[in-house]
Amino acid sequence: MTKPLLKVRHLDVSVYDRKNNETKIVDDISFDVQPGKVIALIGESGSGKTTISLGCMGYTRPGCYLTKGSVELDGVNVLDLSVPQLQELRGRDITYVAQSAAASFNSAMRIDAQVTEIPVITGSMTRKDALDKAVKLYKSLELPDPENIGKRYPHQVSGGQLQRLMAAMAMISDPRLLILDEPTTALDVTTQIEVLYSFKKLISDNNTAAIYVTHDLSLVAQIADHILVLKDGQMVEYGDTEQIISNPSHEYTKALMAAANVMPDDIHAPSIISAEAPPIIEVKSVSAAYSNSDAKNVLEDINLKINAGETLGIIGESGSGKTTLGRLISGLMSAKSGHVLLNGQPLNPHVQQRSLDELRQIQFVFQMADVALNPRQRINKILGRPMMFYRGLSKSEATKEVARLLERVELPTDFAWRFPPELSGGQRQRVNLARALAAEPKIIICDEITSALDTVVAQQILDLLENLQDEFGLSYMFITHDIATVAKIAERIAVMRLGRIVSQGTVRDVLTPPCHDYTQLLLNSIPEMRTDWLDEAIVERRALVKALNA
Amino acid sequence: MSLLEILARRLLLGAGTLLFVSALVFFGTEILPGDVAYAILGQGATPELVEQVRDRLGLNEPLHLRYWIWLTNFLAGDFGSSLANGADIGTEVSRRASNTFILASCTALVAVPLAITLGLLASIKPGGRLDRSITSVSLALISFPDFMVAVILVTIFAVKLHWLPAIASIRPSYDVFDWIRILILPVTALTFTILAHMVRMTRSAVLNVLSSPAIEMAILKGVPRRRLMVRHALPNALGPIINVVALNLAYLISGVVIIETLFNFPGLGRYMVEGVTNRDVPIVQTCAMIFCTFYVLLNILADILSIMANPRVRYKK
Repeated sequence: MTKPLLKVRHLDVSVYDRKNNETKIVDDISFDVQPGKVIALIGESGSGKTTISLGCMGYTRPGCYLTKGSVELDGVNVLDLSVPQLQELRGRDITYVAQSAAASFNSAMRIDAQVTEIPVITGSMTRKDALDKAVKLYKSLELPDPENIGKRYPHQVSGGQLQRLMAAMAMISDPRLLILDEPTTALDVTTQIEVLYSFKKLISDNNTAAIYVTHDLSLVAQIADHILVLKDGQMVEYGDTEQIISNPSHEYTKALMAAANVMPDDIHAPSIISAEAPPIIEVKSVSAAYSNSDAKNVLEDINLKINAGETLGIIGESGSGKTTLGRLISGLMSAKSGHVLLNGQPLNPHVQQRSLDELRQIQFVFQMADVALNPRQRINKILGRPMMFYRGLSKSEATKEVARLLERVELPTDFAWRFPPELSGGQRQRVNLARALAAEPKIIICDEITSALDTVVAQQILDLLENLQDEFGLSYMFITHDIATVAKIAERIAVMRLGRIVSQGTVRDVLTPPCHDYTQLLLNSIPEMRTDWLDEAIVERRALVKALNA
Repeated sequence: MSLLEILARRLLLGAGTLLFVSALVFFGTEILPGDVAYAILGQGATPELVEQVRDRLGLNEPLHLRYWIWLTNFLAGDFGSSLANGADIGTEVSRRASNTFILASCTALVAVPLAITLGLLASIKPGGRLDRSITSVSLALISFPDFMVAVILVTIFAVKLHWLPAIASIRPSYDVFDWIRILILPVTALTFTILAHMVRMTRSAVLNVLSSPAIEMAILKGVPRRRLMVRHALPNALGPIINVVALNLAYLISGVVIIETLFNFPGLGRYMVEGVTNRDVPIVQTCAMIFCTFYVLLNILADILSIMANPRVRYKK
């Protein structure tokens, strides 16, 4: 075996609370990075994966401290270096690609200035050489207009391009180790594989060693040679990619595999509906724009029905109009033309003109529970208010009802007296869902409610949704960008692109080939749990994109 | 919205504000007790004479008409003449305004760069020794009234040490060095009063930016500390800084009243005070309008600059 490039031994990172009690967030981590190889750190949020990768650069976020262990790069302990030495190391030997390039680029500097900043200020390259090199990197990352893209400001290019530009910034001084921290998580699914492919090519072309941090096991299979599975700051499993994917030994890894974002094997049978009952919600040739003077429609000729006890999945990428459609049905936005019908009766376009009973029947669950719930109100108040408002319960009745509701969403009843920030992300999302249920609605519009959650937690929320549906005969409109999730929960789906529904029907009809080119593109973008998937997918993807744009 | 549209809108709003202020100033000074005619005539006022003077000054016209005449004259640049000595207010104002302007711009030249530097230094290590001393000293300065600071400065540097003159009156024969000598104390006193506000605002704006992912990225790129502060943090904190600087500059133009009076500096502020003591209403009105105009203009300028500081507005997609 060759000598490892990076040796991490017994690394501990701790945080201290006000009373100076120590909590280890990274606990006794050891691994090696071989030259030219990629190791993946995989785990859910809070597993310490980002903290470890930052620790490899001798950096901790404010409040965290490296308390033990060593990080040796070619025999030099990174943790012993002085600040100027670290600055040199970070610019040259170990470089970093952050999760959200949109937030991590300096919005007040041109891209070229940022990409070439380090080699130019350290004097290792002239400005001209650095610019030439940058253009070469842009070309190899297949960015459009490589000669001029760097002259723009970060807000002038798309998210997927920014993420690749950040990779160029990391590669400009030919680092020995590249750290990629969830570099595709913030991207649309169809963009994700394009970016992943460029990263893979970049790494293999330059023979760079890399640490790839992610929560998504199926992505890792495409790019990593070794995998380190983390849970609560501790190592759970460490080994070759093939071995971990084909034969995971630890329970937790198996759970991760089960919850991974792959297409489910069994697809929902369409629900049986009685022909005479009108659908709960019917949208009839609706078009909408952000303002009346705006000629550009964000929704164009939308027609759909949601029947009682049924889940309609709406899928599309950011900007496809799927959230706008949800807002329009709930009355947060008005249509330019067309109607929304509730139980066959036309609804007033604006939420303020709808009757209390109409409002009660349509409830909305937002993506970010931590933003949607008032952090200064106890759960009892959050859940009790819709009960008193819509159902006219008294305060004491509502308190009893809240306890029952918490049981329904599988939370302890004493949570009623807690505040939202005291709950975990998954628990908050349950409360968020319970707030909608408190009104006893007929239909709940769920806007990306599982996207911000870890895969295992997201799966639990999906299970809960199904149980509630069976129990109360609820209908859902499930908005998501994730075709695999929607296939798990919906009976019928509508695929949206650029404000139109391009394909609609039962899950089986829409997702079974031959399907619409765009649906095929979405399907093609779901990573499969095998190591050779990416190279095949990228070829198919490019053909599809060409056909779509033609 | 394009930049021109924003500019047009702000200018229109500013004009509206000024119109409102002009009404306030005019009617506010009108309802002050005392009759101007009596004030002019003093002891020798007989009812006939008073009537004659009122007629000459147009005081017998209805109020709204007088406002209209005053406003149109004002817009045409005719500020009227002093009631006390009949001198043309326009000439006096332009002389005084240039003095005030010199005082204000000298203070701005000292205070703004100083405040930004101190704010940046304080934000390098929040809670550190440097930060604590900068914040506490600036807090102490802001809590002292400016006349007290001025009096203390004069006591030390003029009365005890005899290094600088206590009075900043201007003679035509003054050259640049005389100007500097008389300006040091007033400029210092003014700097002290406006510095703290700007320092604290710069500090908090920069600290806010420093906690962003972009700064973490720059640290992980290996950008040295000084460059991190000046090239990465400061440009992104410019918006709030520009606004607080503009507010303080506007304060300089109007708030110099006390300092000018204390140092006997012949600027607009003292002119206004003289106007008030002599019940010379046109002077008071003119000065008040000039101060308001500066306020409005500086705020518009700050709005435009802080919008311009955002590249998202300067460069469209």
